[in-house]
Amino acid sequence: MSYFSDGITWLNDPLNWTNPGGLLDRLREHLVISFWAVLIGCVVALPLGIWLGHRGRGGGLVITVANLTRAIPTLALLTILPLTALGFGKLPVIVALAVFAVPPLLANAYTGLQAVDPETKDAAKGMGLSGGQLLRRVELPLSVPYLAAGLRTAAVQVVATATLATFVNGGGLGQIITAGFGLGISVGGGQIVAGGIAVVVLALLVEGIFALVERLVTPRPLRSVRRRKVAAADPAG
Amino acid sequence: MSFLSWAPAGAPPLAAPADDGPGNPWFSWQYVRDNSDIILDKLGFHVGITIETVIIALLVAVPLAVLAYWIKPLTGPILALSGILYTIPSLALLALLAPLLGATSRVPVLIALVLYALLIVVRNALTGLTQVPDEVRDAAAGMGYGRYGRLWRVELPLALPGIVTGLRLATVSTVALVTIGSIIGNGGLGDLILGGFANNFYKAEILTGTVLCVALALVLDLALAGFGRLLTPWSRRRAS
Repeated sequence: MSYFSDGITWLNDPLNWTNPGGLLDRLREHLVISFWAVLIGCVVALPLGIWLGHRGRGGGLVITVANLTRAIPTLALLTILPLTALGFGKLPVIVALAVFAVPPLLANAYTGLQAVDPETKDAAKGMGLSGGQLLRRVELPLSVPYLAAGLRTAAVQVVATATLATFVNGGGLGQIITAGFGLGISVGGGQIVAGGIAVVVLALLVEGIFALVERLVTPRPLRSVRRRKVAAADPAG
Repeated sequence: MSFLSWAPAGAPPLAAPADDGPGNPWFSWQYVRDNSDIILDKLGFHVGITIETVIIALLVAVPLAVLAYWIKPLTGPILALSGILYTIPSLALLALLAPLLGATSRVPVLIALVLYALLIVVRNALTGLTQVPDEVRDAAAGMGYGRYGRLWRVELPLALPGIVTGLRLATVSTVALVTIGSIIGNGGLGDLILGGFANNFYKAEILTGTVLCVALALVLDLALAGFGRLLTPWSRRRAS
């Protein structure tokens, strides 16, 4: 497996990390893009999902959104958005990634609020809670595990998909891989593999961190119910 | 007055303007007519690699799901492995496979696609199998079916809706994922999308690739849904 050791050799060169456009630069770009994409996704999807789940209707809309985004190639969105009014730069990349963060957030928020026991809701209403109070004091706390699962799925998906930003010169760790392909396999093989390793490690790290967050924010009594993830992610990007 | 206006007058911009200039429409029949052979070629590649992927995934995934169904301790590891593989970005997977298998062949793309499709089908097939009611299994055993006969005559047919759902999801995401292969020139319609972007942001080429891609996903999804209905006539009868 000489190609793998070529990758390790590339990773072992400190200059490959600290050079302008090196690993650290690209990592920072990657994280900045991902952060904004997840944030925008949350701002759009969470209120909508919570509202739909609270009202208890609109499940069809949630499924349609999920299916539609699955059929649209990420590459298409990444190349089309810069040519619209958004212009070139980071913004179209962030918007494109945010689009793919919406389905898991939306589906999990909707399912989370839907899954609250109707008897609990009846009891809360019988105690005289208004609609808003019911939402804030009963439904939202009970759906925290779902919301956290949605956030984790979305974050992992966005971080993984942000690799593709390189197709439109959007920066991020994918840039290392494409630069390697640009050099040709014989010269850039090590760099390609190194970029691949870096992206995989980052994706797994994000998955691990958000799994930890998910566990921390879930109140202890709710932890025992396992297998909460509803919307499985698409294969990333 | 900015220094920009000192640029020599009349020099045309190198790249096409990003606005809707008359020379760069979002769609052009002219482009489709002039390049119909390339478009058909890419479309054919796209359809071919998708069908190949789904068939290979089906042939590997169903036995895996049966294995996980029969040997319960294997269920956890198989699902966990599929979860981890899901997390790996497609471009990274391609980057790890391409230097090994040849940078310009379609093999690394095919293998990456099969891996992702495999996971979807395994999960759904396993869900379908575990949803077979216990009474049905007992009844089959009481009628004298052995393990294989029961699997072939009872359990697999009852798991068919789950398997078909898995196939549909796998097909739709495979069609979208093939485009990633354009990084090594084996992306089917993705080659059109990326090619248009590289070719002075030629919108007609990009949009033609995109529209064909989404349409292909929808057509294959509907075809599989119809196929699933044909295979499971009993579920239709129950619904009506």
